[in-house]
Amino acid sequence: MTDKTAGGDVRLAGISKHYGTFTAVHPLDLTIPQGSFFALLGASGCGKTTTLRMIAGLEEPSTGTVHLGDRDVTQLPPYKRPVNTVFQSYALFPHLSIFENVAFGLRRRGIKSVKKQVEDMLELVELGQFAQRKPHQLSGGQQQRVAVARALINHPQVLLLDEPLGALDLKLRRQMQLELKRIQTEVGITFVHVTHDQEEAMTMADTVAVMNGGRVEQLGAPAELYENPRTTFVANFLGTSNLIEAEVLEAGGDDVTVASAGTKLRLPRARCSTAPKAGGRLLVGVRPEKISLVPAAEEGSVAAGRNKVPGRIADSSFIGVSTQFVVDSPVCPELEVYVQNIERDDRLVPGAEVVLHWNPEHTFGLDAAQDIDAGVETVEEGA
Amino acid sequence: MTATAAPPEAPAPAEPPVHRPSLRKRLVPYWLLLPGILWLLVFFVLPMAYQASTSVQTGSLEEGFEVTWHFRTYWDALAEYYPQFLRSLLYAGTATLLCLLLGYPLAYLIAFKAGRWRNLLLVLVIAPFFTSFLIRTLAWKTILADGGPVVAVLNSVGFLDVTSWLGLTQGERVLATPLAVVCGLTYNFLPFMILPLYTSLERIDARLHEAAGDLYATPATTFRKVTFPLSMPGVVSGTLLTFIPASGDYVNAELLGSTDTRMIGNVIQSQYLRILDYPTAAALSFILMAAVLVMVTIYIRRAGTEDLV
Repeated sequence: MTDKTAGGDVRLAGISKHYGTFTAVHPLDLTIPQGSFFALLGASGCGKTTTLRMIAGLEEPSTGTVHLGDRDVTQLPPYKRPVNTVFQSYALFPHLSIFENVAFGLRRRGIKSVKKQVEDMLELVELGQFAQRKPHQLSGGQQQRVAVARALINHPQVLLLDEPLGALDLKLRRQMQLELKRIQTEVGITFVHVTHDQEEAMTMADTVAVMNGGRVEQLGAPAELYENPRTTFVANFLGTSNLIEAEVLEAGGDDVTVASAGTKLRLPRARCSTAPKAGGRLLVGVRPEKISLVPAAEEGSVAAGRNKVPGRIADSSFIGVSTQFVVDSPVCPELEVYVQNIERDDRLVPGAEVVLHWNPEHTFGLDAAQDIDAGVETVEEGA
Repeated sequence: MTATAAPPEAPAPAEPPVHRPSLRKRLVPYWLLLPGILWLLVFFVLPMAYQASTSVQTGSLEEGFEVTWHFRTYWDALAEYYPQFLRSLLYAGTATLLCLLLGYPLAYLIAFKAGRWRNLLLVLVIAPFFTSFLIRTLAWKTILADGGPVVAVLNSVGFLDVTSWLGLTQGERVLATPLAVVCGLTYNFLPFMILPLYTSLERIDARLHEAAGDLYATPATTFRKVTFPLSMPGVVSGTLLTFIPASGDYVNAELLGSTDTRMIGNVIQSQYLRILDYPTAAALSFILMAAVLVMVTIYIRRAGTEDLV
């Protein structure tokens, strides 16, 4: 519980949780490296909070073990585990002052002189002058920081954060994301962060585990997950993806050639999550911001070797830094395209015939045997 | 934002029409208050004033009473009946403590552990109210009857030896002893303890228990440092709702006690209805009221629950 003994990764081995016949978490193996900022990302009900609560000891796993470093803590009650939690709605003790809230963990461990430590911790979260207030006298963002301070002061091996920013408005959330990231860098403790907000997970975490239906769909660095999703769920849940159903024409070389509605597209074989076979089917994905738009009349100006798809602009919305287009195309009914507002082309209006083009390197391939819309609605809810 | 309004002489040619609620609307709160105020005026304030005047009258039923500002009645009543006063406070206090000890675990169980049985248990808590107070107290007379099964069991386990030694019972009897009166008071006022306790326990966010556990508090420490302090509003209102009526009660002492267990309520009742010494009865009532008021005020001050609610 002190800096000296702090050490070791969090290891979950075959951990699962059933409630009657419902399986909240399927057997799961996960190693969270010491000192990392790890995010469990998923829609509500995907098992991410249950996983977190099993690490905290608030939920007993049906199978499997939890190790902190070399120590098996599976059977330990929460008050004996060197982990602390920042709860979803903070769960600050309403009858205690901010000072006493932060000192709570220290006092329970029999530490007498808490004043200095509590004051330092309140300074870290910039709440020094609020020590004598009661929680209800503080704003949401301040309460959130008290919750972080109350957990961090115990120097846990792992800090667990259960949707800690969910109750804050957007602007404050952005600010607190940076704040938490700063604190994590400063104290160097392992943070495990549960969230349904993909942007939050990507901004803060070194490693993100995307969970769906009680399983981890994919695990990796944010950029890796974004650029190389391995399932349609990850492709749709993390940002937006255009997924085109296509038939594989040629899969021999480094590049795979596919066709959709008569349009040939190329993509690197290395970026396919499934081994493509000639004659088989593949879902071809490309992110909206990778695509460029030109009016159909200027098709000739597009450099050779780029993937080209015809279409007609169905809708466009101006959102300041960029314009988002929805393009109706034979390959896919609603292709999304984000164009930076550097030089606006007046001809790109709804109804205009256009050509979409992008670098084949920016294309990824997914197994066509999946639900193409997995993870789509949940993105709207999370945003 | 300036709190002061614009100066009244400011020219306001195109001032928008000010929507003031009509007189009718503004009177609505007073109309709603009226029945309650009238009721309290007729059945509380007037009798109180009448009692106050009675307490400083002298005379007799035959010659009639008249106000002579005879405040000595208060002093005389207190000097004569202070044992009953102290006994009332002692019995009521003991019953309140017993109610708290019995009621807290039950309220805790209903609030946190009962699950789908919660509503049924709550109904059971108030079920005694479906029969009359008097009938239930008379039933206790049968339960505690000499030679009955309850007394036999208490006797055989040696409980009565302990209570006899403490002066709460005499020999093999429970009826007509202080123990019987305190038991009756405890039984009759228990729901008034449980319901406020339940209400304040039920309001406690279960995540606070988890948070305390997460912060190294054992279940016992969690109760001591989090649950119990947060249930203080319930403890305070429960003890008040039990203690205040119990200290003025006379039915339990009348039916379950003896002349040695008379409480101040019994004295007041007999002064009114048997001895017909109205001034003493009225003075005793006011002394009881004042004593309870003072004790309650000190108690609330010390319990310091203002921050919690």
